[in-house]
Amino acid sequence: MSDEVVYWLQQTLNALQLGSIYALIALGYTMVYGILTMINFAHGDVFMIGAFFCFLLSSMLGLTFAPTLLLTMLGTALLGVVIERLAYKPLRQAPRVSAIITALGVGLFLENFTLALSPYPKHIPMLLENVTWNLHGISLSSIQAVIISLSLGLMLLLDYIVHRTSIGMAMRAISWDKTYVPLMGIPVDLIISITFAIGAGLAGAAGTMYALAYPVIDPYMGITVGWKAFICAVVGGIGNIRGAMVGAFILGGVEIMVVAFFPSTYRDFVAFTLLMLLIVIRPYGILGKPRIQKV
Amino acid sequence: MRKTISLAPLFVVITTLLLASCGDPTNKKDTIKVGLIVELTGDMPAVGASSRNAAQLAVSEINAAGGIAISGKPHQVELIIEDNASKADQSVAAANKLISQDNVVAIVGPNASLGAIPAAEIAEYNKTLLITPWSTNPKTTLDTSSGKPKRYVFRACYTDPFEGRVLARFVIDKLGAKKAAVLYDVASEAPKSQADQFRQTFTELGGQTVAFETYTTGDRDFSAQLTKIKSTGPDIVFLPAYYNDVGLIAQQARRAGINQPLVGSDAWSSPELIKLSGGGVEGDYFANHYATDIATPTAKKFIAAYGNKYSNTPDDVAALTYDAMGLLFEALKKSPTLDRIAVRDAMSAISDYNGVTGTIKFTTDSGDPVKSAVIMQVKGDKFVWVMNAAP
Repeated sequence: MSDEVVYWLQQTLNALQLGSIYALIALGYTMVYGILTMINFAHGDVFMIGAFFCFLLSSMLGLTFAPTLLLTMLGTALLGVVIERLAYKPLRQAPRVSAIITALGVGLFLENFTLALSPYPKHIPMLLENVTWNLHGISLSSIQAVIISLSLGLMLLLDYIVHRTSIGMAMRAISWDKTYVPLMGIPVDLIISITFAIGAGLAGAAGTMYALAYPVIDPYMGITVGWKAFICAVVGGIGNIRGAMVGAFILGGVEIMVVAFFPSTYRDFVAFTLLMLLIVIRPYGILGKPRIQKV
Repeated sequence: MRKTISLAPLFVVITTLLLASCGDPTNKKDTIKVGLIVELTGDMPAVGASSRNAAQLAVSEINAAGGIAISGKPHQVELIIEDNASKADQSVAAANKLISQDNVVAIVGPNASLGAIPAAEIAEYNKTLLITPWSTNPKTTLDTSSGKPKRYVFRACYTDPFEGRVLARFVIDKLGAKKAAVLYDVASEAPKSQADQFRQTFTELGGQTVAFETYTTGDRDFSAQLTKIKSTGPDIVFLPAYYNDVGLIAQQARRAGINQPLVGSDAWSSPELIKLSGGGVEGDYFANHYATDIATPTAKKFIAAYGNKYSNTPDDVAALTYDAMGLLFEALKKSPTLDRIAVRDAMSAISDYNGVTGTIKFTTDSGDPVKSAVIMQVKGDKFVWVMNAAP
């Protein structure tokens, strides 16, 4: 292959890795919005807590990759459920602004709680043996391969749960209507808890993989990544699960390609201008459907 | 009417408290208040912690030795520590508070140029001496509107252009580099001016800068930039970045198959670098302010005292903060009064201060000292001295 082709394939691989991580976080935003029409601004910080769980499990307890990933997902899933029960459930009937402010508060609490424990950036030990394969000049590291394949696997699993199981059907029903669905015998609180658990669990997986790829973590790491994932969810059509994945890979691709073409200072400027244009053309997102508000 | 009666005792209490907080003026005479602005939280807490430790060590040493005599009367030094969270706005707030509320004689810090430049503006405006231990950016001591040096701002370290020149010469003379790639944080002052100066000198000396790539503070993914750098085939990669960024960039560079030497600035010099980079900087070089393995007697004494108190080796920020405090004490000893302007004049008259980081002297009307740099190499978990770089 020519150098040019190798270069672009390499950048595509970089984009896939970045997009996978955005997608896992964006799913949490979109699921919660879909079911409660609420923007969970603390989600980026749940992702950060996931990375810190990964640090505690791998560097303090010395666990290997698979148990670290599973326990981190379990831990953040639990955290997601606790946050929903303590902070959001009492406000379910309150004006939507109250819930959003509470979410911002929960996010700040998580950041500053972690900061109070230790302000130092943490280094994650090498959890996977780092092998770099050379395929006709394209280098693929074992970490990239794991991140991309594991994220795609989790996304397929989620897609299956939402579209092919009874829990998924209940989720979709609640997102459709909250007044009559409980009358059909669907346990609304339980389904909402499960939604938060799945969303936060995916954020935990994203945190672990992020910590693998970028092994220096700090309490503020969730802010920017969280915003970007939220934007991915909006671009894809908030509330739509496949849309969040599409949005994430678009943002990852644009970010990498802008840096490949222009000075990296233009990255966020070009990326977000493109995304805004997309929103102007399709206000409900790429896969989103306009919701008719009945009076 | 009832309201007025119930509020009256409260008013009395508040007035008493306000009067009491003004304090007894005779008590003030025995202490010299010195402000310290450091990065205790934010992007570089290791820098802030080292700086605070060294400043506290310097203060406890001088107080144990009987303090500083001002016109024959001994004064104890009181250190007031402010955290700037590694931010520009909080540095300004901290400088304002120290000057107007705490009424300090002089300020030491902030360390990073990002905070030191705005804090220096405040100090200059209020005619208060400010000594930054670690800020290497030319703008810190330069009045940008007139292009002349600031009168009240000094530093204990060398400047970015100096460091950029030293490193460009080093990679050509000692590493035999012909093609260099540069990757730096465009949103951070010090790395930016080091990168610019490096490119200029490297080109002047006959080298070719094949890639000049940037990122922004807080970025974690450098894969696009590194893929670009790899495709240009450089002999070395110049990485004037803070240690926490270097940790990430070095590991991603090695993973992307860039095995050429990385060369960095004094911002690398934190023991945290070795932990954060997971072996990614083994054998790489950076410029620094002092080296523990070729220490002078003054430096040895400091290293021992610091080790006793905090049980680790002082990094360059600690050494420079200790020197900044030492320079300030020297100025205070020579100053006839505690007047801020008199202290500043005594400071600029220091001609050869024997510090931990070498001999420091100030030339007329400039806050930049005349001193030299050292080149260090990462070996295992240590930084090893390679050579002294002549100015």
